[in-house]
Amino acid sequence: MKESDKYTSWQLIVLISLRILIGWHLLYEGITKLINPNWTSAGFLMESKWILSGFSQWIISNPGILNFVDFLNTWGLTAIGLGLIVGLFTRTAAISGAILLLIYYLNNPPLIGLEYSVPMEGNYLIVSKTLIEAVALFVLVVFPTDSVAGLDVFIYRFKNRKNRRGK
Amino acid sequence: MEKEKEQSKKPEKKAETEQKSNIKRRTLLKALTGIPVLGVFAFELLEKWSYEREKRNKVLAELGLRDIKAPTVIKSSSGTKGDLLRIGIIGFGNRAKAHANGLGFMHPLDVIKRKENGTLDNWLAQEDLNVALTGICDVFDLHAENGLETARNQIRPGGGTGTNLPVKRYLHYQEMLDDKDIDAVMIATPDFHHAKMAVDAANAGKHIYCEKSVALTEKELNDLYNTVKKSNIVFQLGHQITQSVVFQQAKEVIRKNILGKITLIETTTNRNTASGAWIRNLDANGNPKPGNEKTIDWAQWLGSSPKVPFSLDRYYNWTKWFAYDMGMIGQLFTHEFDAVNQLLRIGIPKSALSSGGIYYWKDNREIPDTLQCVWEYPDKDLTLMYSADLACSRNRGRVFMGHDASMELGSSLKVTVDNDSTRFKQQIKDGIIDPNHPVFSYHPGSNKIDAVTSATEKYYASRGLINTNINGHQIDLTYLHIKEWIDCIRNGGVPRANIERAFEEGVTCIMANKSYREKRYVEWDPVKRKIV
Repeated sequence: MKESDKYTSWQLIVLISLRILIGWHLLYEGITKLINPNWTSAGFLMESKWILSGFSQWIISNPGILNFVDFLNTWGLTAIGLGLIVGLFTRTAAISGAILLLIYYLNNPPLIGLEYSVPMEGNYLIVSKTLIEAVALFVLVVFPTDSVAGLDVFIYRFKNRKNRRGK
Repeated sequence: MEKEKEQSKKPEKKAETEQKSNIKRRTLLKALTGIPVLGVFAFELLEKWSYEREKRNKVLAELGLRDIKAPTVIKSSSGTKGDLLRIGIIGFGNRAKAHANGLGFMHPLDVIKRKENGTLDNWLAQEDLNVALTGICDVFDLHAENGLETARNQIRPGGGTGTNLPVKRYLHYQEMLDDKDIDAVMIATPDFHHAKMAVDAANAGKHIYCEKSVALTEKELNDLYNTVKKSNIVFQLGHQITQSVVFQQAKEVIRKNILGKITLIETTTNRNTASGAWIRNLDANGNPKPGNEKTIDWAQWLGSSPKVPFSLDRYYNWTKWFAYDMGMIGQLFTHEFDAVNQLLRIGIPKSALSSGGIYYWKDNREIPDTLQCVWEYPDKDLTLMYSADLACSRNRGRVFMGHDASMELGSSLKVTVDNDSTRFKQQIKDGIIDPNHPVFSYHPGSNKIDAVTSATEKYYASRGLINTNINGHQIDLTYLHIKEWIDCIRNGGVPRANIERAFEEGVTCIMANKSYREKRYVEWDPVKRKIV
């Protein structure tokens, strides 16, 4: 059964909108970092609390690794954002985006007892927007729309044709 | 019949292929759903960029700061590298290590340390100054030994190679000054030796790089001023702040008179550690630091100061006593004054008034740990203020307060337009300038992590006294300051922290110190050039 047959058109519209909106957000986050030569994840990592703080400190203390992490962040966000918007390698983009967002969340989760020097832009208790965005990406992984709307359609077609010829 | 059948099949087929191509087209359109979104994104992005650029340009144009640019390269002064300069260091404590690094020499252990924390490359990026560290003089064997090991290390920045010139330890600084194989000296002893040593060095024809404070008394200061003026040597006082890119930007802001009429300058110090309060006789583990009467030439250390029995407390924590320096005025305010004076050329004040006390570090110290000093410059319609506390590390900046804007100058630069400014009244009304936020701020190389670790070092870094960012490298300001001195020795010219600036600073500090100690209002007589 094709995915387009699984979803009603409203379901499709909502799922595709969610995909494009998250893609838009991540792409802009990536591009802002890309054009700011002074951007670094060091400030964020320095604030890291909870289970990843040791790891973050290790990253900061190694300029080479910090550079690499900055590179991964900038280009990762840009690529994930692009992938989600145009629907190319959508599944990979959604999974890596969700993991990246989870890492952000785990670095500064709004847990009771963890205090941050930079105030958050909203009021959170355990759940933050980052966590919700990560989960939303997982939603997109289990309710894929790329075979309907996205450049992945061409990849599927190409694969199908190959399979048919194989038979 | 068959023909009929075939004929009726044809339009069916046609309809089917039409439907198929329709489906294909629809699939294609759906597959490309994201592309127009991407187009909208790109359009909005460009809109946003051009809006921000326009706004920024508008603000900078209003301020006249549009053509301000950070220098990406500190240019080596023109002229040849010249002959090898042979340099001696008098007093090889903590500060002298920075001098040696600036010259291009580093202790092997420090090389390892900096390799580990990833900052060795910054040092290696320094230019080779073509100097040899050939003399070390220190009253403490351990420090002298440190100096010798530093001078002997063959690793050099800027692709330089060791000269293989021998390094010699001098037991007394006068021996070093008598040696014709020394061309220039760097003085980094406790403050009370500076003036005397510098006078002797100038008389011996050696070029001088002298740490602050320049002198503790008026007589010393006058002696030094007159001796250096009569000599042909190049004198540089150890104030590296003006070498930073941030400072260059601040100079532009002042030159373009963005701030309007400046009537108050507030300089501050806030530290809250034992080391910051000059208790330095214990190591990191709380054990006493080394040294005894056998390894320290106590008589020479005391020099002309009152004779007292050997004391490690005095040796390591000398800042606590007025016999050896001027406390916060000499150690910290000197840098503040230099920053202000280099920017505004305020020179010698008309009066000074200080007050304060020992309110927290109630040990055997004489110097105050809380101190307020005020200097008046009526001919410039200006007050200079210094407010310092050694028992609270709340960060207060160095602020220039003008009628139209105020400027905070430290390791970064922030200019904030005043809500009630006359000059920018219209722009504030039009919403072009927001007085609630810095209209201009400059953080060079904010993507680099500094390797500053101790609280005291952090204090210096926050005041813009450690590094500057040039071409992605954290360049040591002390190196740039030493380089300027060496360039002047080789090619002529006057370094920025020259004897005139040193004299102005010396008078200003001595006035404030006198005011605190004598509990009175102190004035400067410009005709007799005397403190009264």
